Amino acid sequence: MGNQNPLAYDYTVAKWFLWATIAFGIIGMTVGVFIAFQMAFPELNYLFGEYGTFSRLRPLHTNGVAFGFTMSGIFATWYYVGQRVLKVSMAESSFLMAVGKLHFIVYVLTILLAVVTLLSGITTSKEYAELEWPLDLMVTLFWVLWGVSIFGLIGIRRERTLYISIWYYIAAFLAVAMLHVFNNMEVPTYFVAGVGDWYHSVSLYAGTNDALVQWWYGHNAVAFVFTTPIVAMIYYFLPKESGQAVYSYKLSLLSFWGLMFVYLWAGGHHLIYSTVPDWMQTMGSVFSIVLILPSWGSAINMLLTMKGEWEQLQSNPLIKFMVLGSTFYMLSTLEGPIQAIKSVNALAHFTDWIPGHVHDGTLGWVGFMIIAAMYHMTPRLFKKELYSKKLMETQFWLQTMGIVLYFSSMWIAGITQGMMWRATDEFGNLSYSFIDTVTVLHPYYTIRAIGGALYLIGIFIWAYNIYKTMKSGRELEDAEVNVNKSPMAENR
Amino acid sequence: MFHWLEERPFFFAVGVFLVVSFAGLIEILPNFAEASRPTVGTKPYSGLQLAGRHVYIEDSCNACHSQLIRPFKNETDRYGMYSLSGEYAYDRPFLWGSKRTGPDLMRVGNYRTTDWHENHMWDPLSVVPGSIMPAYKHQFTQNADLETAYAEMVTVQSVFGVPYNKPITMKDGSSETVKLGASFEEEKANMLAEAKLIAADMKNQDVKDAVANGEIPKIVALIAYLNSLK
Ligand code: HEC
Ligand code: HEM
Repeated sequence: MGNQNPLAYDYTVAKWFLWATIAFGIIGMTVGVFIAFQMAFPELNYLFGEYGTFSRLRPLHTNGVAFGFTMSGIFATWYYVGQRVLKVSMAESSFLMAVGKLHFIVYVLTILLAVVTLLSGITTSKEYAELEWPLDLMVTLFWVLWGVSIFGLIGIRRERTLYISIWYYIAAFLAVAMLHVFNNMEVPTYFVAGVGDWYHSVSLYAGTNDALVQWWYGHNAVAFVFTTPIVAMIYYFLPKESGQAVYSYKLSLLSFWGLMFVYLWAGGHHLIYSTVPDWMQTMGSVFSIVLILPSWGSAINMLLTMKGEWEQLQSNPLIKFMVLGSTFYMLSTLEGPIQAIKSVNALAHFTDWIPGHVHDGTLGWVGFMIIAAMYHMTPRLFKKELYSKKLMETQFWLQTMGIVLYFSSMWIAGITQGMMWRATDEFGNLSYSFIDTVTVLHPYYTIRAIGGALYLIGIFIWAYNIYKTMKSGRELEDAEVNVNKSPMAENR
Repeated sequence: MFHWLEERPFFFAVGVFLVVSFAGLIEILPNFAEASRPTVGTKPYSGLQLAGRHVYIEDSCNACHSQLIRPFKNETDRYGMYSLSGEYAYDRPFLWGSKRTGPDLMRVGNYRTTDWHENHMWDPLSVVPGSIMPAYKHQFTQNADLETAYAEMVTVQSVFGVPYNKPITMKDGSSETVKLGASFEEEKANMLAEAKLIAADMKNQDVKDAVANGEIPKIVALIAYLNSLK
């Protein structure tokens, strides 16, 4: 990848999405920390009447971080990376520019409406597909707009060969489109019966079928929101920031097509020992193990990209974020398959070990990659030097500590809970009543909440650092921007 | 071949799409008809129960409670008979949940009663010391949305053929019918009749008065739903 960019890229939409990423990151994770404290201190349920209970807020957290924070991050990087690797500027097409802006507007409107409806208890109850049909339609609209942007920009590209990141963006776009449409098939009841709430709907599928479609969706929402586009980011930002070429083209090829083929099969691991047919559970279990290969393929490819340049890990905090992100990706793609083994799943399912696993990936991998990507983009978008390297270092260590507290407490909590549920005395009677298995977790819930709070403090530092960069960062010349390592104030 | 694809976005996209949609087709389609057949003795929800199910969804009880008993001795000891596919035939959406912060509720109707729920939903801590479940006092003052419940009954009957007003064979060979009124007013009368039976077992005077006045607070509908989980 060359360092010269004769083209003047237009980053208007990228900037907008950068703001959205930060704003939704703060909102979504503040709610996350709050619900974490609620599990330790249930009195916190009563601060905001019916709107403040754990059960109303949990979907707000998951939607806020997945569809607010992560998705804004994905779009922000798309409107930055897309132009650069395709070697075209959005300024060249007023049509694509308009599409990009509309995309942003519809998207933000949808997320804001989602906040209002979820707080009011308007939900389908399906995880990560809680939004009712009118909002589903809005999601469809902004998704289509994103598709127009992707394929439009590809249509006018100068660089013929699609860079690896583009493969992953395309895959994310297509797969989420398919999943969204099929999982949200529902019949609006008002149009059939003529009474009741107009926005209410009933699922097209019932019971076991509904569960099957939902987890085919739910698992792959993880795949195509929390994995594929994040891989797109690391394939661009790590080589750029480090000035190293991607270690192996063959490995990226293998990992890409491997991931595409295997991921969709693994949804069954959410339904082990449920009422879906055995063979599907077994498939879910087996393919989850196979999934280690393409996942580790990408991660190893990234780590080896740093070969011979490991000292950058010391000198550049952005490399720290990305390398540790990659490492957390390996951790959670090993842990997930372990949890998918039937006998382990019998213990782990329904326990706190599952959120523990989820957050290895989301905090360590998704969060760190998006943080690094936004840091990398900021000096290029605003032609300003990053305000403070020391703050970045502080943020990194606070957040790493937060993640470690989060997953270690949840491992212990989950396994304790699972063991206590199944424990029997010498006569074969259950040893513990359910409430015993709740009260015992109090210390772990407290530790998790503290870990989450550390991570959140890091998020505020990140927002502050980017804000200060724009306000009072040193102005940069073009030549200073077109370098590998992001320009940052070394002594502050 | 891959180099060729990487220069041809259209074929590349088609390739990706085929590869990702493949698994869905094979996994999901074959079993669809089979899994949707109800077990003997499984009835559709009555109007009041459905309104209660909506309360359950609105307050996301599924964020902390599962409704899926796995076939292990410790689970069947704790919660009762393990779940069968056909028992969920009328569940739109399914409510299996993914996290047991609280106990499974698939068969809670077998071992908890109206008055127990009334106390517990008002203040869980006073019933089960150490509980981290929130109190849901607003359910005692707000009314259930009966129109939407009725609309859903009509929809599932006409679109999915759910057998309202038809005899359903129970496990013991007897037969029962779940009624669906021909108009909202008629169905509301059915709901009220069921609500009165529940309110009779409750002690909250405001709730009792509301039901006597022809209103149905959310808590009454929710308890009707919880009692139906067997
Ligand atoms: C923060 C998590 C949480 C939420 C949300 C929650 N519960 Fe609970 N629930 C618990 C816990 C923990 C227990 C066990 C302690 C107890 O009985 O209070 C429990 C127990 C119960 C029980 C008793 C089950 C038994 O076998 O003893 C019922 C019934 C119940 N909850 C219903 C509900 C309903 C209905 C809602 C939604 C309005 C709800 N819960 C929301 C955590 C939760
Ligand atoms: C600031 C740090 C965060 C804290 C303290 C936090 C806390 C929580 C808590 C308490 C839950 C509910 C767990 C339960 O029901 O037992 C949860 C669930 C979840 N969170 Fe977070 N969260 C944080 C950040 C994130 C981020 C950044 C993401 C994604 C990018 C994320 C994604 C999720 C998901 C997908 C779930 C649902 C997990 C499941 O169903 O098993 N969280 N989080």
